[in-house]
Amino acid sequence: MNRINKKLQEDKKLLSIYFTAGFPQLNSTVSIIESLENSGVDMIEIGLPFSDPLADGPTIQESSTKALENGMTTEILFDQLKDIRKNVKIPLIIMGYFNPMMQYGIENFCKKCKEIGIDGLIIPDLPVKEYSENYKVIFEKYDLINIFLITPQTSQERIYFIDKISRGFVYMVSSASVTGSQNTFGTVQKEYFERIAAMNLKTPQIVGFGISNSATFKQATDKTKGAIIGSAFIKHLNQNGIAKINEFVTSIID
Amino acid sequence: MSYFVDENGYYGKFGGAFIPEMLYPNVEELRVNYLKIMESDSFQKEFKSLLKDYVGRPTPLYFAKRLSDKYNTKIYLKREDLCHTGAHKVNNTIGQILMAKRLGKKRIIAETGAGQHGVATATVCALMGMECIVYMGEIDIARQAPNVARMKMLGATVIPALSGSKTLKDATNEAIRDWINNPVDTHYIIGSVVGPHPYPDMVARFQSIISEEIKKQLTEKEGKENPDYVIACVGGGSNAAGAFYHYLAEENVGLIAVEAAGLGIDSGESAATSVLGNEGIIHGSKTLLMQTKDGQITEPYSISAGLDYPGVGPLHAHLSESKRAEFISVTDDEAMKAGIELCEFEGIIPAIESSHALAVFNTKKFKKTDVVVLNLSGRGDKDLNTYINYFKL
Repeated sequence: MNRINKKLQEDKKLLSIYFTAGFPQLNSTVSIIESLENSGVDMIEIGLPFSDPLADGPTIQESSTKALENGMTTEILFDQLKDIRKNVKIPLIIMGYFNPMMQYGIENFCKKCKEIGIDGLIIPDLPVKEYSENYKVIFEKYDLINIFLITPQTSQERIYFIDKISRGFVYMVSSASVTGSQNTFGTVQKEYFERIAAMNLKTPQIVGFGISNSATFKQATDKTKGAIIGSAFIKHLNQNGIAKINEFVTSIID
Repeated sequence: MSYFVDENGYYGKFGGAFIPEMLYPNVEELRVNYLKIMESDSFQKEFKSLLKDYVGRPTPLYFAKRLSDKYNTKIYLKREDLCHTGAHKVNNTIGQILMAKRLGKKRIIAETGAGQHGVATATVCALMGMECIVYMGEIDIARQAPNVARMKMLGATVIPALSGSKTLKDATNEAIRDWINNPVDTHYIIGSVVGPHPYPDMVARFQSIISEEIKKQLTEKEGKENPDYVIACVGGGSNAAGAFYHYLAEENVGLIAVEAAGLGIDSGESAATSVLGNEGIIHGSKTLLMQTKDGQITEPYSISAGLDYPGVGPLHAHLSESKRAEFISVTDDEAMKAGIELCEFEGIIPAIESSHALAVFNTKKFKKTDVVVLNLSGRGDKDLNTYINYFKL
């Protein structure tokens, strides 16, 4: 069984952390992953940096630019991750934009992910239809779970469709925004969380965008399986360094 | 072979809509409605009436006698430089603002590089009394001050794009992010035949008025609808799309697309995407783009701010790959020389974008009997500083 599916069966609210590979230093990747796992994080999204991350807010944009300046490439990331499964047991997901993956070659990219022990991919600009028609077969050949997004604007019909074709979890974007733009959740989001909960989807939902602390983590996971933190973690990493990762994680899930 | 968009939004293998789920409802709303709206009588009536009385269409198809004599062929200039706001860009913004109104949108966003599309968007927003926000790279704001002032005079808010390389591609990213953040009341007026389907097709259709008029005007002047060649410059490719549109299926009409070679194809300072680019995704479209081998989008260069986009529209990628159009690249120097030549021979100061198209007469030989239509996409007022600095005027 894929590590993501196994993790989703655990009887707890899951905390997933996103970080941009190559930031703050080119070679931070492995130590960040190990610190996150040791701090009790359930799942990690490794961001493959892109020059034009159009679904991301300023924090992740800046970390991506810095990572590219540091020299991060797809090849280097794969090389850094080659022995990651010797120690790390939790699910690892690569999150990135489609163009760098295309240039690597989709089949090669998936094959490499499988060799390393990557469990899934989140590709914001690979639409559901393109995936289903052209790439699903390849992803499944290498046992990679493709994670789809839904937003408050996604129609009910489309949510049921995405639920049907999802194999891991549904990435529930908390609000109509790019990453990092919210600090609290208001009534609109609560209604959205309730509306989705009432749909009784077969696929567990994990909320992302706008989760930054213990309060928003609790709100986001009240009716869902878990939550993802990206921008807030990158800010913390930038200010406090890898040595203080445990402090950040503890402040969320204590 | 078809050169028009198919039902999935593709031109051959190029096109599509590679957009995050957050944009799906907006783009889908447009996709489902754009043809229905554009083809309705009320839309056509309003669109045509504004093109006539506000933009000043039809623009003349002018026989350039002295230039023709010099190059020993028959050269016609399609005078898009005479459009209100100084370029063909306004054909598209008029169309899209009418589209936005019919979709019930209240707020308009746009990206701009040199500022021409920003000015054309600010203009139609003033015309319709709609809120207008234009994203422009911080570096472009500094080097295009007069156009920034024009947009402000027209009531637009100009927001600097501070991310990435702080130029056109980043302004486009910022506009897309704004649309993600404002999915309900906002319409995004893209300035070229780029972006996710249906934008490339919609913008090409709005610009197709150019070749629609050429057909009629050429019939009056030459007794036939089809020239032997149509020449246009290509950055993203909207003026070329408009000038080629009604000739795409007429295989006996040669289509010549002119890209900016900048300091030279191999100089590292170029914008000739059809030569230097390869297949990838930029701004929601699968097309040819300039990138590193690792898939990071690179910054193009041209003396002409309107041509330094790292991609081309998917239609042009298809025209290039299928060889339906001949792609020629022209350096800064060749374009500047051709621009001055038009001033001296015909009394017309062209935009430097259009000067690239004019430079083709120095690299390609036409027959004496050939009828060649060149789309003069814009006027050179905005480029005076560049001309002054280049020629030490």
